[in-house]
Amino acid sequence: MKTVLALILTVLVLWQGMIWALGLPPFLLPSPQSVAQALWLNRAEIARHAGYTLTEVVLGFVIGSALGAALAVAMGFSARLTSLLRPLLTFSQTIPVFALAPILTLWLGFDMAPKIAMTVLIVFFPVCSAFLDGLGRTPQAALDLAQVMGASRGRIMRHLRIPAALPQLATGLRLAAVYAPIGAVIGEWVGGARGLGALMIHANGRMKTDLVFAALLVLSVLTVIFARSVALAVARIWRRYGV
Amino acid sequence: MTVSLRGQAWVGDAVLFAPVDLVLETGGWTCLLGPSGVGKSTILRLIAGLETGVRFQGQVSHDLPVALMAQDAGLIPWLDVPGNVTLGARLRGDAVDLDRARDLIALVGLADRADSLPANLSGGQRQRVALARTLFEDRPLVLLDEPFSALDARTRAQMQDLAARLLAGRTVLLVTHDPPEAARLGDRILLLRETGLTEWNAPAARIPGTARPYDAPEVLALQAELMRGMMA
Repeated sequence: MKTVLALILTVLVLWQGMIWALGLPPFLLPSPQSVAQALWLNRAEIARHAGYTLTEVVLGFVIGSALGAALAVAMGFSARLTSLLRPLLTFSQTIPVFALAPILTLWLGFDMAPKIAMTVLIVFFPVCSAFLDGLGRTPQAALDLAQVMGASRGRIMRHLRIPAALPQLATGLRLAAVYAPIGAVIGEWVGGARGLGALMIHANGRMKTDLVFAALLVLSVLTVIFARSVALAVARIWRRYGV
Repeated sequence: MTVSLRGQAWVGDAVLFAPVDLVLETGGWTCLLGPSGVGKSTILRLIAGLETGVRFQGQVSHDLPVALMAQDAGLIPWLDVPGNVTLGARLRGDAVDLDRARDLIALVGLADRADSLPANLSGGQRQRVALARTLFEDRPLVLLDEPFSALDARTRAQMQDLAARLLAGRTVLLVTHDPPEAARLGDRILLLRETGLTEWNAPAARIPGTARPYDAPEVLALQAELMRGMMA
């Protein structure tokens, strides 16, 4: 905690020092003080937008993780499906998600749907890929035993492969939680008037750089809190398995 | 009710083992002794119906349900001792008889460690859990793939005594590279070498339910003889 405070203080000092040293105008780089002021003066508006963004992030994260985990399990069952879908999944990651945002807005409108879809797209891959990796790493000794014991593929999946892959799934979820807000914000940049992304674009257009910074700050804090909560929740659930 | 394996196996184009004709007599311990890399475990896995990664030409026939115990105890890290012992029932979707599991855990001498996770057990204790799990399966044919190889000498001897006692009456195939182990436990000893499978002269009969004494002169003599056989 002490180091975090020291770090924040250092950043603030460097920030303010740069403004003084270079004589930057506020519309290029607002001072920490004016950002704090913008944050306070627009607190109600920022909170409303933040709530909107958070809803998108949570929904997108839940849907994206569920889809990613489900596909990983399906692929875990079938080597053929895996060899079919793996290259497709990798290929999908070569498409910059930024390029998809306008298309999603075109298809899904200006409400929450395209932002959630964007988040789902970003969350899906790390969860699916990490979980699939874990599902393929059940110790051979356990799989041999299960086969000799006369276990069905479904029960092997449920009792051995999935629990053995939980650490990898946790890694995927923690990673996805950090990226999820990026998806929502990209969606908000492109269309609609609500959410921190929309607020930033709007404020940027009116040269209200202090408000952009304030929204950015709230977004960062939100992301840290969200990622931390996911990590804690995951650790808590896993502890029951002793993993 | 016989268990037999006849055939030959290749890894790629290289012969893994020359044609073998292996018939297990029911109700006794057959030791398959040999150095590493001659295909002992492959034979066991073929009988168990497991993936081997080799090309096998021949046939395996038996109609006995099998239980397996290997060098890697294969314990599930997130399950406690009763959880591991009853794994088979859970994997088959059968009702889990915890009372029977507890009796077996007491039988292998782990009653006071029942709450432990595998990570908190010693190597010998882990193999005791594996033995209880094997007993819980209650199968007539038990396949042992070097189950005691990773243990220290004293623990290994103790586990041999325990296994001989608790698996009495079942048909056991023990794969081992350790001549003393074969000398203690085998009712029949089969030597697998690059040249093929040889049946060793039957050792003196064993008192049922016990391993031969590790320090008896005839056991030490047999062990030396088997070692000479392996070196030949």
